[in-house]
Amino acid sequence: MDTAVTAKKKWWSGGHSPFNVSYGKLMMWYFLLSDAFTFGALLISYGTIRFMSTSWPDPNEVFRSFPGLGHANVPMGFVSLMTFILIMSSVTMVLAVHAGHQRRQKDVAKWLAWTIVGGIAFLSCQAWEWTHLYHEGAWWGRNPFVNADGTAATSNFTNFFFTITGFHGLHVTSGVVLNIIILSNVLKGTYEDRGHYEMVEKVGLYWHFVDLVWVFVFTCFYLL
Amino acid sequence: MSNTTYTDAGQDVHVADSSTKTIWKTFWILLIITIVEITLALIHLNTGFPPKLLVNSIFIGLTIVKAFFIVAEFMHLGHEIKNLIMTIMMPLLLFIWFIIAFLADGDSWKNMRKNLAPGTAKPVEKVQVIHEEGGHHE
Repeated sequence: MDTAVTAKKKWWSGGHSPFNVSYGKLMMWYFLLSDAFTFGALLISYGTIRFMSTSWPDPNEVFRSFPGLGHANVPMGFVSLMTFILIMSSVTMVLAVHAGHQRRQKDVAKWLAWTIVGGIAFLSCQAWEWTHLYHEGAWWGRNPFVNADGTAATSNFTNFFFTITGFHGLHVTSGVVLNIIILSNVLKGTYEDRGHYEMVEKVGLYWHFVDLVWVFVFTCFYLL
Repeated sequence: MSNTTYTDAGQDVHVADSSTKTIWKTFWILLIITIVEITLALIHLNTGFPPKLLVNSIFIGLTIVKAFFIVAEFMHLGHEIKNLIMTIMMPLLLFIWFIIAFLADGDSWKNMRKNLAPGTAKPVEKVQVIHEEGGHHE
């Protein structure tokens, strides 16, 4: 891994990976690239429909509730908390990867556990938000919110919101499942026996990607 | 990694400290950008001051900055060799065409619906919008 990287090294002359990473990591990158296009297609189709609409619901009117605060008007409040949780879980994931580089088994386990806690916290927040919106009458095919200009809105808004945040939530869910599998392997000593914690890095790449997608979802649905 | 000597281990710890620092620095950058975005959104909501177009441009710019830090630091792509960076980033250039083409298509669709269907029955508000826009064009 720590081969000296010089400008003169002939990367394409064979005998070693021209990308200087293992096969598994490269394939994770390629998978994430394809996943980026999937999310990109979803978000761009949302943008296209939004551009073809004469008006659209104001996110500050739709997303303004906070658990436990009743009818208080807190635009952006809850989603800020969700964003913070996800960024934080990304940090604990890098710390787990980092501890893996130094073969500190206990620290890897500790940071992975915190990452799982963050993932579950995020999913719980999303579950609350979805339930709350559902009780307000929003669901696929149903949109109780009016457009920013006061006209009646179509269900395009809710369809895209639930589809895209749902698809992202599905990614978070599978990320949590992967993290749990990796954590149990760390505790069993699988990677200690193997001599490296590269599997933590691969799952870490996936986890950061999920955070990356959220950055775009956050901008597209809550800010713009 | 396999032939770890004492000196190697010492270097490892040194590298470790500086990269822990980078991790937390990246965290603070991401957090501060997010707080700036939220503050800007609330200022715009309450005063309407920075015009919507400007605010949205800032949001998109800051989103790309955040994406850069996540990919370069957390996903470590910034520290990989150029071959890997290129094989990941080059295909993403397609998004430039992808976004421009589809948003322009959506916009033209909206204009066609407004301008080419004047006779269809519409809610009162929408008719007003059509009238204003039509007057503007003629």
